[in-house]
Amino acid sequence: MEHIAIIGNGISGVTLARHIRKNSDKKITIISGETDFFFSRTALMYVYMGHMKFEHTQPYEDWFWKKNRIELKKGFVKQVDTETKTLHFTEGDTLQYDKLVIATGSKPNKFGWPGQDLEGVMGMYHKQDLENLEKHAPNKEVCKRAVIVGGGLIGIEMAEMLNSRSIPVTFLVRENSFWNGVLPSGESEMINRHIKNHHIDLRLSTNLKEIVSDENGKVKSIIIEETGEEIPCNVVGLTAGVAPNIDFIRDSGIDIGRGVKVNRFLETNIPDIYAIGDCAEQHEAIGNRRPIEAVWYTGRMMGEVLAQTICGNKMEYKPGHWFNSAKFLDIEYQTYGWVFSDRNKSEHEQHFHWKHTDDTKCITVAYHKDTNTFLGINTFGIRMRHEVFDRWITENRDMDYVMKNLPEANFDPEFYSHFESEILKAYTNQLQTV
Amino acid sequence: MSNKINNSMSLANPDALNITNKQKIALGIGTIGLFILVLALFNTDFPNKGLFLTLSLGAIIGGVILYSREAYLNKLEGIKNDGVWFKSISSRGILGWMLGVVLTSFYIVLYFFPKYLGLGANGEANSGLIGFFDPLSHLLSGRDASQWFVYGVLYTVAILAFGYKFILKYRHNRYQQLRTGSVMFFQLGFAFLIPEFMYVMNNDLPYYDLKSVWPLNYYIFDAWSVKGFLSTGNIGLALLLFGLLSIFVITPILTYKYGKRWYCSWVCGCGGLAETAGDSFRQLSSKKVSAWKLERWLIHTVLVFSVVMTVAMVYSYLGVEKNDFWLTRGVFISLVIGFLTVVFAAVMYFKRQELGKDAKMGAIGYAVVIALLLIMHFTGTTEQLFFIKGSTLRSAYGLYIGSIFSGVIGTGFYPILGNRSWCRFGCPMAAILGFQQRLFSKFRITTNGGQCISCGNCSNSCEMGIDVRAYAQKGENIVRSSCVGCGVCSAVCPRGVLKLENDTMEGRINPTEVLLGNDVDLMDLLNKK
Repeated sequence: MEHIAIIGNGISGVTLARHIRKNSDKKITIISGETDFFFSRTALMYVYMGHMKFEHTQPYEDWFWKKNRIELKKGFVKQVDTETKTLHFTEGDTLQYDKLVIATGSKPNKFGWPGQDLEGVMGMYHKQDLENLEKHAPNKEVCKRAVIVGGGLIGIEMAEMLNSRSIPVTFLVRENSFWNGVLPSGESEMINRHIKNHHIDLRLSTNLKEIVSDENGKVKSIIIEETGEEIPCNVVGLTAGVAPNIDFIRDSGIDIGRGVKVNRFLETNIPDIYAIGDCAEQHEAIGNRRPIEAVWYTGRMMGEVLAQTICGNKMEYKPGHWFNSAKFLDIEYQTYGWVFSDRNKSEHEQHFHWKHTDDTKCITVAYHKDTNTFLGINTFGIRMRHEVFDRWITENRDMDYVMKNLPEANFDPEFYSHFESEILKAYTNQLQTV
Repeated sequence: MSNKINNSMSLANPDALNITNKQKIALGIGTIGLFILVLALFNTDFPNKGLFLTLSLGAIIGGVILYSREAYLNKLEGIKNDGVWFKSISSRGILGWMLGVVLTSFYIVLYFFPKYLGLGANGEANSGLIGFFDPLSHLLSGRDASQWFVYGVLYTVAILAFGYKFILKYRHNRYQQLRTGSVMFFQLGFAFLIPEFMYVMNNDLPYYDLKSVWPLNYYIFDAWSVKGFLSTGNIGLALLLFGLLSIFVITPILTYKYGKRWYCSWVCGCGGLAETAGDSFRQLSSKKVSAWKLERWLIHTVLVFSVVMTVAMVYSYLGVEKNDFWLTRGVFISLVIGFLTVVFAAVMYFKRQELGKDAKMGAIGYAVVIALLLIMHFTGTTEQLFFIKGSTLRSAYGLYIGSIFSGVIGTGFYPILGNRSWCRFGCPMAAILGFQQRLFSKFRITTNGGQCISCGNCSNSCEMGIDVRAYAQKGENIVRSSCVGCGVCSAVCPRGVLKLENDTMEGRINPTEVLLGNDVDLMDLLNKK
């Protein structure tokens, strides 16, 4: 019986294992050094906030794995011997495989800041980070202030976490507006105001110079590059993005760039070794996507596809239309198709922006300047239907059609106020003034 | 185990101290209100009972209102679940267990030893807690209070006060606000005030909460109840007919259009208490598959029990009438068996494919009921039914299901088993509505394409113990008989994945292998095979 070894028990590896089991009788082993069982990484924040306990982040009950004959091995892989198809673990034991899938995800970026390895400095990615935060920031008495460095999705989540325990937060963002490398300015600025409304000390256009240690090797304060200001704090969150977690295969002969290099079939340069999820790097970007996509959904999709290939039905990774979502404190965000930030959008991409007067809801719709074709939508504080936008993009709908039919895409709970007519009016007015 | 380390050595969770000063004052006011009730229980001789009763209830309501305003109005609108798994009371900590013991004891005394609450025996005047409520009862209906009056007042106060709290908690969510306003209205009007006024108008009418439907009000077709209705002329007859219409006509239509939520989380009193006072305990319901299995066995057993018991009761007094009435025992038993057969045949004919393994269980259940009824008919005398007395069956149901299951366990165990354990494991009304919701209803919780991130907020907040995430992460709509449509899963979802809606029956149940967003060829290959 063929033995499939999967390194990493995140959404990519687990989706892959489930689909291989559906389609075959192969022996499957999932290896993880982080936790015994699969859990939802995106839910770690809710454990610290007390909304859930850690076991609630595990989507499958513990008996699931045995019932589906998916073996779980706890340990860190130290070395991959591709000649003899053997994995060597840090504990000294080994495991033979027939096919190997690398699905080891990411690790937080560190940019060589002085003091970045002090006690009390942490990312927010692994379960161990959560335990570390619990130790250093159990309450506002132990942690009098926390500083978060890096204005992305994990940064704002970490700010929300600390905020839930009334710990004062200073949030350092390199850009001049929150996440504006991704979000158009109207949205980004609305989120700036929302962050401040939560009494988070948001510092835009601000970089970290160094983290200062006390006499015991713990964080005492940080110093800001631009002003030299010293901010006393007990915890520093480093949330300036993530990078593929692939140090253990550097000497294995597997071709790597920033991540594990793969072709469209998710194959590496070595036969019978594949890579999926956050750690995989496409030789060439697919459409507007990045070569490395560190997103929950793409990890899951790669798992779904590779299972077909491994079970003998060779398939390319050909993702459909882009979509994503997040939540910024109390404001939900969804995106369908492509809406680029002011900085990154191409010359033909035009935006229509509408914002509600309460400053917690807005949408930005991107369309082609010449053809009026709908390109994508960002929606804040209004839920919209994935299925409808996916269809409209496939059908190459134009802007007028999308704006007129927006009510069809509404996914807000029943009895919510609807804003489609107001949006349509704003859109029509805009056309008249142009 | 809580992930949060308790660094102090104190027994009480230190987080309880994290409330603001205003909240401490509010807790104090509410406690004083409760303390007055305790004093009354111990026969304190208040100079002006009416005044002190008003003070007491006012302090309880005022305390809850003050506490909630301080908890929610100083923060931005949004999901307010911070720390629910840290707080002792809402995470099966010491406070939770203590509250469970207090509530359970209260229910035991209420159901089985009302004299300890001060109920006057043999026409004596009430004393204690029940006597303390006499002024209010006199005001409303002119009679002395009973233990059920006291219970009704406290129940209504709980729904109103904590309903206000829930509305503030979800002040960004109109579905939650309207739904809560609705249960508050139905409790105050239909369960509490209207029956009192009906008594004033006609004191021979049996207590009838118009929104309570058989088999939830399992006593409505009892001999004394039916006689009570019939002896009061047209109004009584109309009420009895309304009772029949409720279960056979109104309920199926509304459930077809809106799902069982129209009743369970918008109208029902048990649901009303669970959604308001019980809201803090919703995360405690078990999401294990084993709990789901137990649920299906228990709730359907209770349903069979209630159907057979009611038929047996009606059957027994039909004999007492002289048989000159058209509804004889033979006609009645044939009608019941005929009705059950039509329902069973229709389900088998239209829904055989969907039911799969469950069909076999349904067939067994059906056969058991029919067999029991036939045995009853052919062995029955006025005294003996199933070789035991019909009245014994009825009192067993009242004791084990009506009192112990729905009251003592159902509400007393809120802080341990979650706020809907009666609705989930025991309510025969929920079983009937759920059966219809699963098979013949437009209601579903729609999953939004591929947007689920498996975080588990939905499952965690499901009071009915549905593992919502198990469906959402497969891109599958949630169509479950137990879902009461409270909408909290949809509210807490951080990615906008869930929406309660009524749509066509077509494609309502949509299991898929690959979620939206992936390669269309792959989706075609796997989803349409």
